[in-house]
Amino acid sequence: MLRLARQLRIRGVIGMNRRNIHYIGRYNDRRLYPLVDDKLKTKLLAQEHDIATLVLLGTIRSQFEVRHVTQLVSQQDGFVIKPAKGGGGKGILVVERQEPGAYIKPSGRIIHRDGLERHVSNILSGLYSLGGSPDAAIIEELILFDERFESYTHEGVPDIRVIVFRGYPVMAMMRLSTAASDGKANLHQGAVGVGLDIATGRAVGGVQFDRPVSRHPDTDCPLADLEVPQWEELLLQTAACYELTGLGYLGTDIVLDRRHGPMLLELNARPGLTIQIANGRGLREALDLIERQPAGAPAAERVAFSRRYLAAS
Amino acid sequence: MSRISLYVMVAVFLIAGLSLTLYRHIELQVPWTPGETRQVWHVEGLVSFEAHGDPVKVSLALPDNPGGFRLLSEHTASPGYGLHYVDTEVGRRAEWTIRQATGRQQIYYSVQFLVDDGSQTRAATPALPDTVVWEHPLGTSAQQVIDAARERSADAFSFTRELARRFTDEPAGDENIRLLMSRFDTPELLVRLLHQAGIAARLEHGLILEDGRRRQVLEPWVGVFDGDQRLLLNPRTGKTGQPDNLLLWEAGGSPVLEVQGGTESRITYSMLRRDEPAAVAAQTDLEAGGVMGFSIHSLPLEEQALFKNILLIPIGALVVVILRVLVGIKTSGTFMPVLIALAFMQTTLLTGLIAFLLIVSTGLMIRSYLSHLNLLLVARVSAVIITVILIISAYSLLAYRLGFNEGLVITFFPMIILSWTIERMSILWEEEGAREVFIQGGGSLLTAVLAFLAMDHPVVQHLTFNFLGLQLILMALILLLGNYSGYRLLELRRFSPLGHSRD
Repeated sequence: MLRLARQLRIRGVIGMNRRNIHYIGRYNDRRLYPLVDDKLKTKLLAQEHDIATLVLLGTIRSQFEVRHVTQLVSQQDGFVIKPAKGGGGKGILVVERQEPGAYIKPSGRIIHRDGLERHVSNILSGLYSLGGSPDAAIIEELILFDERFESYTHEGVPDIRVIVFRGYPVMAMMRLSTAASDGKANLHQGAVGVGLDIATGRAVGGVQFDRPVSRHPDTDCPLADLEVPQWEELLLQTAACYELTGLGYLGTDIVLDRRHGPMLLELNARPGLTIQIANGRGLREALDLIERQPAGAPAAERVAFSRRYLAAS
Repeated sequence: MSRISLYVMVAVFLIAGLSLTLYRHIELQVPWTPGETRQVWHVEGLVSFEAHGDPVKVSLALPDNPGGFRLLSEHTASPGYGLHYVDTEVGRRAEWTIRQATGRQQIYYSVQFLVDDGSQTRAATPALPDTVVWEHPLGTSAQQVIDAARERSADAFSFTRELARRFTDEPAGDENIRLLMSRFDTPELLVRLLHQAGIAARLEHGLILEDGRRRQVLEPWVGVFDGDQRLLLNPRTGKTGQPDNLLLWEAGGSPVLEVQGGTESRITYSMLRRDEPAAVAAQTDLEAGGVMGFSIHSLPLEEQALFKNILLIPIGALVVVILRVLVGIKTSGTFMPVLIALAFMQTTLLTGLIAFLLIVSTGLMIRSYLSHLNLLLVARVSAVIITVILIISAYSLLAYRLGFNEGLVITFFPMIILSWTIERMSILWEEEGAREVFIQGGGSLLTAVLAFLAMDHPVVQHLTFNFLGLQLILMALILLLGNYSGYRLLELRRFSPLGHSRD
């Protein structure tokens, strides 16, 4: 056991305690948390900084507005309802298409108008928000993700998580939803994480339930063939999120839309550590290197630095 | 740097906590384990006298730091009398006063002593009188006795022994001694002779403690001083040294009992020995005050009982911190397990576990029905609270009807906390499936059981209750754990693919 701990330390794997004390505690000013904990705020902020985000169909802030939810989505075939302050993918409802009186989820399950309204009502009363505080519901356009990822996902939208440390992208991973994760791209619910080389956006390894995998469990596609297009553009967007929020240790979630390219989905001030398993290496080395860099470099320079010095091999 | 100030703080807490704890152990004799017993003597003095309708003033010398004993508490019973405690140069006195009293009067003074070998008397050396006056023939006899004893001794103490031997071994054989003893009591005579020889000495009054004795009286002893040293001489046997069971009631050379306005005054003592658990001995420890002796025991008994539980909560918190920071167990609600553990302490572990599982599983079933009703959150949780109360009532009634009195203890569970637990677990079930519910529920129960085992341990209870300093030590430990940036035990398993991948 001690040998394993030493091995991990040599490999530069960081644990939750170290992440909390040395990175989140030191680089993330608690004052700034609301910027990322409230997705609505993040979205508005991103628009100010010209970072692409999903089209907002509407927000619902009070119970008496709940009835209007069907009106807000009537023009749209598919849409997503999510809590503004939700965490861990909780409370996200995806509707792929609608028929009169019926909303069809990607799994094929149908929910009706009352189910939709109840979901929004639950969101408003704080069921999914951190600490149970009253919340707002955000309704967004459905993402049309890049068809190149079609064979790598089960129902859900694959997204790309990039850890950005002091503005430098340090590690990246694509999250693919599976049958086990119920179409959600959440790792602890069973989504597959695929480590991506920060230099190229090519896959370096996969992980599901904290254990390495090499093929997508549902579609059986080899994960090693995965490659993310528009990689430079994507990294630039993640790096800009540092200026956006001021948070030093940040998890950025990006989706690739087939029409608009990389779009910021959400930000996370407490990004998880499974990305290390997906990439087959610890974060420590990269974080130590970035810690020695002087502050103030522009985003493009930071991305270039990361692509040059933090490459997988 | 914040790290340095953290370590400074930890050090301050540790040092303060340790010194408070050690002080209570060493100075106040509070033992480390609850099983130890301490001898406590209950001594009751009965002052009685005849009053004749005049104002009465009774002054009684009180024991003041008698060597070998520590005063725990004292009480008086003296109907109608005013009472003052007076500190004089030669010791503490109690003074009872009344404007008018007639007939037989009785005043009780009872005191509890803890046998404490470490406690030293701090009697001051008395001053030597300028001259010792003898009546005509006695002066010569006294001088001859002194000269004879001085010849066969080397210093003050050996002189004392030599002198005492002459009075106790063969008093009839020496004409001088016979003459002296015909005019004086031996103890007083010895003090006079010692003064004549230039040795500081005084009469002291002590009580021999024997379990269950009544109507005992004080006996005179002779204290002899040589510089800082003090020798206690038994004038009846000539032996020196203080017996263990001798309680020096009055050691300042002043009269034990003075009664103005009364006659035939006397004081008799009865005594009782009890072997009390050390914790009880500590509890009656009211006199040991001061900042360092700061103790919960100065509160009324009812509040003490409350604090007994409150002071255990940090232990539970420490268990939670260890399990979460060092092991990495997931719990549902950070400190919910501590509250469950507190409930277990009222119910005992097994009945508590059964009751908990019954309530939560029934609650989950009913909650799953409630989720179909599409209620607002606060209303739903309130409904769950009422459901929990109904479940508890139903089980209590059922258990009572079936003859299990344990069923009634179910009411000790914190109902609001249980309701939130049910609510959270139910949401967890809907969102992440039963597996996560069992992981978090199991983690919570495991944490609760471990916290219970720690908090229920008699030694832990004894220590937290009797050593407030321990709270500071716990604080320091938790601060240190809050600074631990190494791996959690379960993370080793989680990250193990990274440890082996390139082997």
